[in-house]
Order: sequence, then C-alpha cells, then structure tokens
Amino acid sequence: MLNQNSIWRYLTVVVVLAVALIYALPNIYPNDPSLQISGTRGAEVSAEKVAVLEQALTKENISFKSVVLNKGQILARFNNTEDQLKAREVVAAALGDEVVSALNMAPATPAWLDAIGAAPMKLGLDLRGGVHFLMEVDMKTAMDKNVNDLVQIYRTDLREAKVRYRSVTPDLLNQRVVLAFRTAEDVAAAKAVLSKKDADMVYTEADDNSLVVTFSEARLKALREDAVAQNITIIRNRVNAIGVAEPLVQRQGAERIVVQLPGIQDTARAKEILGATATLEFRLVDETADVQSALAGRVPPSSQLFNDRNGNPVVLQKRIMLTGNHIVGANTSFDENGRPQVNIDLDAKGGSTFSNLTKDAIGKAMATVFIEYKPTDKKDSNGKTIMEKKEEVVSVATIQARLGRSFRITGLDAPGEAQNLAVLLRAGALIAPILIVEERTVGPSLGQENIDLGMNAIIWGMLSVLFFMVIYYKWFGLVANIALTANLVLLIGVMSMIPGATLTLPGMAGIVLTVGMAVDANVLIFERIREELAEGRSAAHAIHEGYNRAFATIADSNITTLLVALILFGIGTGPVKGFAVTLALGIITSIFTAVVVSRLIVNMIWGQRRGTSLPV
Amino acid sequence: MRLFNFKTALNFMKLKWPALVFSTFLVLGSLVSLFTQGLNLGLDFTGGTVIEVKFDQAADLNKVRTALGTSGFADAQVQYFGTSQEVMIRIAPREGVEQKAIGEQILTAINTVAETPVTVRKVDIVGSSVGDELKEDGFLAILAALVGILIYVAARFEWRYSVGAVASLLHDVIITLGLFSVFQLEFDLTVLAAILALIGYSINDTIVVFDRIREMFRKLRDATVEETVNEAITSTLSRTTMTSFTTALTLIVLFFMGGAMIHGFATALLFGIAIGTYSSVYIASAVAVILGASREDLLPTVIEKEGEGTSAL
Repeated sequence: MLNQNSIWRYLTVVVVLAVALIYALPNIYPNDPSLQISGTRGAEVSAEKVAVLEQALTKENISFKSVVLNKGQILARFNNTEDQLKAREVVAAALGDEVVSALNMAPATPAWLDAIGAAPMKLGLDLRGGVHFLMEVDMKTAMDKNVNDLVQIYRTDLREAKVRYRSVTPDLLNQRVVLAFRTAEDVAAAKAVLSKKDADMVYTEADDNSLVVTFSEARLKALREDAVAQNITIIRNRVNAIGVAEPLVQRQGAERIVVQLPGIQDTARAKEILGATATLEFRLVDETADVQSALAGRVPPSSQLFNDRNGNPVVLQKRIMLTGNHIVGANTSFDENGRPQVNIDLDAKGGSTFSNLTKDAIGKAMATVFIEYKPTDKKDSNGKTIMEKKEEVVSVATIQARLGRSFRITGLDAPGEAQNLAVLLRAGALIAPILIVEERTVGPSLGQENIDLGMNAIIWGMLSVLFFMVIYYKWFGLVANIALTANLVLLIGVMSMIPGATLTLPGMAGIVLTVGMAVDANVLIFERIREELAEGRSAAHAIHEGYNRAFATIADSNITTLLVALILFGIGTGPVKGFAVTLALGIITSIFTAVVVSRLIVNMIWGQRRGTSLPV
Repeated sequence: MRLFNFKTALNFMKLKWPALVFSTFLVLGSLVSLFTQGLNLGLDFTGGTVIEVKFDQAADLNKVRTALGTSGFADAQVQYFGTSQEVMIRIAPREGVEQKAIGEQILTAINTVAETPVTVRKVDIVGSSVGDELKEDGFLAILAALVGILIYVAARFEWRYSVGAVASLLHDVIITLGLFSVFQLEFDLTVLAAILALIGYSINDTIVVFDRIREMFRKLRDATVEETVNEAITSTLSRTTMTSFTTALTLIVLFFMGGAMIHGFATALLFGIAIGTYSSVYIASAVAVILGASREDLLPTVIEKEGEGTSAL
C-alpha cells in the first residue's frame, strides 16, 4: 500500500527529535554570575579550599548558590553580579595568590542534563563580549639571533680545531653565515669540522676561499615550530594568570596565534600581561648562611632570601651566574637510571660564561630562580597597571661537573616536574618575540544587545514565514510549519552538541536565512503534489509521486549549497566561520525535517486518501 | 492559494537575447565601476582601527572630529552608528606607530569632548598584512566555490549546463559587487559571507530548473529544446517565486531588526536573491540553450535493441 509509515520512520523521527530537544534544552536556562577559581599555573585547587571559601563568604554575608570543586577548579555561583564582584575580593583575601579567580557566567544547566553532557551553545566573542588577539611570531628577530649565535659558535669551534680563518661574518639579510679563509685547504678543513658537529646545516664552498652556511629547510621548519610552540606555552601560562574563564589559545597558520579572552573588558591590562616578560636566573645557593637566622632577618649582605614553590625558604647568593635570555632550548628526557631530567642548551656566549663560572663551583648547589611580573589591581598615575615582581626558586641542583653549552638537571622526582621545569626554563627566554596584528574588543553591553537583536530577528523571521506558509498552503502549510519548528529545535540541539560550533551574530543571521531557505524543500514537494493532482492523480498517488520526484531535486540543489558552506568554513574566521557552521548544519537538518518529518505527518493524515483533492 | 496557474508554458526563451543584452549591460557597468572606483572595503580588508563608543547624550560629531584632529588623527572618519549617541571612528593603518597605542590615544581624545566618559562598545584593530591576506583568501573562496560547482554540475548534468550555471553565478556575484561599488556601501567580511551564501542560494535555484528540464526532455518527446526549457521554467515558476519570497521575507526582517552589523549582509543577500532568481530563469538556461544543449546530452540512449543483449551468447 502507498504512503505507509514504517515503524523505522516513526522511530527515527521520534528518537532524533527527542535527542535534539533534550540537547537544545540547556539553552533556555539563564546563566549564573559565578567565579571560576583555579590554581596558579594550572595547579589543582585542593578540596579544603572549598570549606575555607564557604566560611569566608558566610562571614562576609555574601549569599551564594553553590561552591563546587570540579576537575581541580572551584566554581562558585551567586545570585547576582554584585555578590559576584564582592566575592572576588573575598577570594583574594581568603585564598591568597595561590589561586586565580575569573568572573564567569556559568550556565545553570540542571544536574540531569549536565550528567548526559548537554550544555548550552557556545557564544562567540561578538555575543558575550571580550577580547580577541591575533598574534604573529616575529621570526625575523628570532632568525637574527640564531645567525649571530652561529657566528660565535663557529669562531670557537674553528679555534678549537685549529683551523685558521680570516673572518666569520653574519649575513642577516640572507640569514646565513659567511666564513672567509686564506687557502682552499682551510675551507675544506672548516667544512669537515663544522659539518661533523652540525649536519643539519647546508655548507656551500664559494670560489674566493669562503664557506657559506645556510639553514636547511628542515632546520628552518623546526626553528619556526619551536618558536610558535614556545609562544603558545607562554601565552597559556599568562592567560591563566589573568584569570579568564574558558580562554582560547590556538595556533593559526604557520606563524600566528589566536588568543580569545571572553569576558575581559580591560584590554590594556590583558595586553600588558600577555606582553610581560618572564626571566630566569641561575644563582649559587649560599651554603654558609643559616636559614633560620635569615628568616629572622639576618641575611648575609651578599645573599638574599627566596622561597621555593612550596614556600620553603632558600638563601641564595646575590650574584647572578647567568640570566635566562641565554637559554636556547630546554626539553625533558630520562637519565641513565630512568629518572626524568631536563636538558638545557645555552647560546655561545652563555656557554662560555657558564663554563668559566662553574669551573670552581663543582659540588655546590645551584638554584634556578623564575621571575615573573604579575599584574596587580593597582594602577599608577598614568593609569598603567602596576606589575608586581614575583621571584620563585623552581629548582635546586648540585653542579656535578664543569658545565658548558649543554647541560642537564637530573634528580627530579616526577616526569611532570621535569616537564614543568622545562616549560619555565623556556618561558624565561623567548625564542621569538610576538606582535599583535589584530585586536578586537567587544563591550559587554554590545554583546547582550547583539543577542537580543539576533533573537528578535530569528523570532520575527520565523513568524512571518510560518504565517505565510499557512496562508499559501493551508493544512499542508501547517505541516511545513511543524517541520520548520522541528528544524529549529534540531539545529539548536546539534549546535549545542558539536563542541566546535560557536554561535555568532552572523551565525544567528545564518539561522534566520536557513528558516527562509528551509521551507524550499517543502515548497518543492507541495508544488509537485499540486502538479500531480492537476494531472488527475489520486490524492495518495500525488503524495507518493510528489515526495519521490522532489527528492532528487532537493538533494541536488542542497549538495551544491553545502559545498559553498564548506568553502566558507575553510576560509572564514571567527564570526564568519560561525555563519558557515549554521548554514551547513541548517541545510542538513532542513532536509531531514522537510522530507522525513513532514512526510510522516502527511502520510499519517492524508496518506490513504481516495479522492483527488488535498488541502494543499 | 495559488499565484500562477498557467495553462500553457510561457515563452521565456523568446526573450533570451534581450535578457542577455540587459545582463551584459549590467555586468559591464558593474565591472567599470569596480575598476574605476573599486569597493569601499571595510576594516577587515584594509586594516586599521575602528572604535565604536556610546555617549551619554547625543554626540556632536564635529567636536569629536576636532578633538581627534588635534591629537593627530585628522584622517579619522567619524560617523553615527545606529543612533546619534553611538559614534564610529575609523582610522587607516599607520606605519611606525605601535598599533596597540592607537586605541587608547583615540579614547583619551574623545573623552576630552564628552561630558561623561564614553562607553567603549567595540574596538577593532587589524594589521594591514592581515587585511591583504583576507582579500586574497576571499577571492580564492569565491573562485573555489565556482570551480566546485562547475565540476559538480558538469558531472550531474553536462558541460553546457555547467557553463550556464557558472555564468549565471558570476553574473550574480559581479552585479552584487557592482551594487556595493556604485553606491560605495561598505564591503566587510559579513558581505563576503553573504556573497558566498548567495552563490549557494542561486545555484540552488538553477539546479531546480535544470532538474526539471531533464525531466521535461523525458516527458515531452516531440517538443523543441526551447519549448522544453520554457515548459520547465513555467512549471517551476511557482516554487521559484515562493522560495525567493520566503527568503526575502526573512532577509527583510534581518535588515530592519538585525542591527547595524548585519545591514551589509542583509543588503547583499536581498539584492542578490532578486538578481539570482532572475539569472537562474534567464541566464543559466539561456546560456545552456545557446551553447546547443540538446535532449541527447541529458538522456543517454539507454533503450536497448531487442535481442542485442542475447546475441553474444
């Protein structure tokens, strides 16, 4: 028999729509003003802190909805933004600077929805307010430093190998080093010496007894990768220090980094923090000093009192052996006993300084001090944020031998600790500086206004189409309207489910446009049914033919539109990508609702109709 | 309710030459405008700084301009954005000056003429290199979309239809760009998105017509190519109009309710859909017909002669 709904069609439609509805549901709950409290530099917040915070809040008479520890972070919810702001001060007072708190709007998703992973759609910066930075790694500066370092290294290497040279000069313009010799034999000898030490460079002999050294493609690529990766690590650390809920730090293309800080209004401050420099110092531990008397204020004049990461005091000599800008690289591996270690590479100058200084210090303890400038809430007379210098001993190790350009720190307890130390060491020395090439700030009031505008446009756009469809297609129009409503629910459900989908203002425009275009499939079908009826077919046959014939057209025309949406997704950034996502998803969901959902209803009501009339 | 109910097919193809002349005229006009005055490219493409601020009272643009002029931003474009309290300031990218300092300098300058400090609504600072890349990417995207469609339609139909479809898409894109050029409307990233969405919309329309042409070739065995095309366009005319109408309806809502940020987007699509509807009726089919599209191209000869399949046994 024609137009029978199979059990599978019922099941598919019911299951798909039910799932979509459940996942779309979190979007209707309002957000709670909240504080997201995380440990400094990504450390976990301990469970005791929850009780401490609750007590402090109660003492200050600040009512809160909940204080929960989740994945090492505390989330405290409040009834209004006033309480939220007051609570931020309480957090700073009660928990000190071991934690960073970020203002956030936490979705008030009910527990049962949360349990199945349902969450509201992510909003783009244009809807929630915040700052977007596009940063570019300054490879030119990085390469210049590399070339200059090579010059130092080659001079030392040739001297040690007793190869006589006339000059070793950097050619920054072409990013290469030019070595000049007196005889061709010297050139050959130099080439042999240098290429044995570093096979990764390209050595070309020139006619006038000179040797030109350039970077190989692989080396260049590795340098660039390192520079970008290092900058991302540093930026992540700093973003954590600012206290931003849900920040985004992501690589874009070969040399760019996108940073999105939702909810941050004070861009000047954010930029100062991101641009702030961290440094590193190696100092000898003052083993003659007594820690207890130093704590009591009697520090030897040539020494200084520091704290390590766990707050234990350490007395170090004031003299700095080496600063972090000589560090070229730091990575982790394992020593002969399978224990984690950190390998450190210094530049040529750092290497020789270090070698001289450690010669007489074998057996002594050396400390690595990490220095960071952290922003405070105070501002100076020019309105600039006052930065507070924070010094921290991140490692103490005994010098086992005279150290040169490469050395290692062993005796670390856990791979995690080694990893952390390597990150800090690298953070102390930027391989390549970064430049901000794009900056977009959206104020919070504009964000909310954009949401309201978008919502209004969706509601009125939808209503006008619904109204028109009923007028034009009568009862079938009503079916199309049900399909259209189902489409909206499905689209919102899918958008909420996909982790990468972000709703932006152009995305909302995309939803409005989808509403207008989604009826197309139903229009095609209904027009087809009208034609079939006009040709004298029975109602049941007209429905059957109408749906079947229109389907090929619907598929063909939508595949091309989908193609365009995919291209748009490929080139677009930010808001436009949001538009591409809604457009692409809207096409897919509208085919499902217009073809499958509407067919189900039409079959149910008019599927077996005998006459030659249909309310279409 | 029913808009069209034609007993016989309308003779669309009779007007194919006038339509082509009219379209060529529009395309050439658009190209002339694009080459002589170009597009009024937005910040996304040119780089520079755009700041939107909100004053407590209606703002006096001349005062703002003077204040900016004395601070060294004489080239600033100052205009209302939405209401008379909201002001948009745009400054071209500058060499040498640190980008990040500009935003703060401008705000300081504006606050000297505001009674109470202004609220910052939006600050966009784009480096000129980023803008240049986007221009290139945008152009490539449009090109990629057209090539993709060219291949898909050629595979699903035939090369003549594919050329017709792409000709009509190019027509839509060029004329819409022409509109933005002639009236010097701001062309930003959302407008580029609209142009791509327009390509998607317009090809949709064209394919519906092509699909019907194929079907009509099957159905009307004795009709000429032109008669068949006319028949196909007539029978899809209701649908074409309906869909254009509902889409236009939502775009009108977007235009009036979507806010200033969406204006360019809605304008481009609204205009583009009018042009796109016309071009899928006239340009796409007419080009295919002029190129010599015939019944055989779309209907492979599948009728086997009797006995042929078994004679080999």
